[in-house]
Amino acid sequence: MEVTATEHSENESLWGGAKKPFEATYGKTMMWFFIVSDALTFSGFLVSYAFSRFKNIDSWPISDEVFNHFPFLHGVDAPMYYVALMTFVLIFSSVTMVLAVDAGHHMKKAKVAFYMFLTIIGGAIFVGSQAWEWKNFIKGEYGALETKGGQILQFVNAETGKRVSIEEFATDLPTDRSTHLKSNGLWFQTESSVSEITVSEVKVGFENDSELLIRTEKLNAQGRKTVLSRENSLAKIESAVLVVQGANLIRNEYGNPLFADFFFFITGFHGFHVFSGVVINIIIFFNILIGTYERRGHYEMVEKVGLYWHFVDLVWVFVFTFFYLV
Amino acid sequence: MGHDSHKLEIFRGYLKFKSNQQKIWGVLIFLSIVTTIEVALGIVKPQILITPFLRIKLLNWIFIILTLVKAYYIAWDFMHIRDERSGLKNSIVLPLIILIPYLAFIILLEGDYIFNIMQEGFVSWNF
Repeated sequence: MEVTATEHSENESLWGGAKKPFEATYGKTMMWFFIVSDALTFSGFLVSYAFSRFKNIDSWPISDEVFNHFPFLHGVDAPMYYVALMTFVLIFSSVTMVLAVDAGHHMKKAKVAFYMFLTIIGGAIFVGSQAWEWKNFIKGEYGALETKGGQILQFVNAETGKRVSIEEFATDLPTDRSTHLKSNGLWFQTESSVSEITVSEVKVGFENDSELLIRTEKLNAQGRKTVLSRENSLAKIESAVLVVQGANLIRNEYGNPLFADFFFFITGFHGFHVFSGVVINIIIFFNILIGTYERRGHYEMVEKVGLYWHFVDLVWVFVFTFFYLV
Repeated sequence: MGHDSHKLEIFRGYLKFKSNQQKIWGVLIFLSIVTTIEVALGIVKPQILITPFLRIKLLNWIFIILTLVKAYYIAWDFMHIRDERSGLKNSIVLPLIILIPYLAFIILLEGDYIFNIMQEGFVSWNF
């Protein structure tokens, strides 16, 4: 391991590839350089997320209110717990991976296979959890109104201060409005399916229930969303033009649509990394089982895929911080 | 890299493990403690830490620092950077620690500037 500073004699070839300054194989070095470039890609994404957040620093959605679900606990406000669990799952699968690498150094085939198997399971649990997280985010919880200027108006109970779902108070009004189909149009236009709740239904319901107040996107000095008085709320609701339920790339009931865009893009890109990592792990796992690396004499492939897997974990550590904690 | 070439001490030699496996479990415990602190702070959100420092809340600074600590131990012990030659180590780490803070700095400054323009400008963004 010690670095040797030898003097080169005339006939020793400095350029012939005899010197190995990194003491690492070609494959491992290239995996590292891939990771460096991928790290720069992810930092570009996270920094652009931070840019949008700084640009809208006084109205950014509060992630504790967005991600507050836990499996089998319906309606319970559980911010962070599930993502924390996901983080532990990923860190643990990182540990089983590094244990597999360690067993590989000792040429213990059965142990390498066992730890790789655990790593694959951990990765699969993580991807599944992320899909569930997406499902909750897309489905939404309370629903909101969107104004002409693209601001989101949410509803709270005046006494308890708790969020109220628009489905709870919207009055059912008879309507003739049906989804516009391409076959009925003069021009070739279609629309996405009409929301079951209309703006006027929410408006009437809101006016009838004096308990309700509107909460705007603006954050106050304590970092909470501003709640309007009853008079201001009644004035504000007049500017609503759309009912928004859930989140997608264009509308987001939790606030700024950019939040949803970045969430889908960054966690999606990370989830794709995890998914491909699981696929590569499975390939390596079967290679271990059929004894490819035993015959090759070393388990360096496990080490290389391990580097990738740890990198995925590393990225998640940052995604976790910037999407859920900060 | 042979299997006996691991450097087995963390925290600048304060903690030395007997084998590489023990080191892995030790690092796992450390990472779990850090994550638990992060999650606890994220749920409690102590009011004292809400005060801003350099335009970012103190609490958020703590989160960012703890994240970097976690990143260090994942890279150094799980990805074995600790055991690599300094040439490889530097060619991986230096580009990242030079480019990323630089990018973050200029982009965040720009974002803050645009926020001020939208606040004080003559255009209404909320109509």
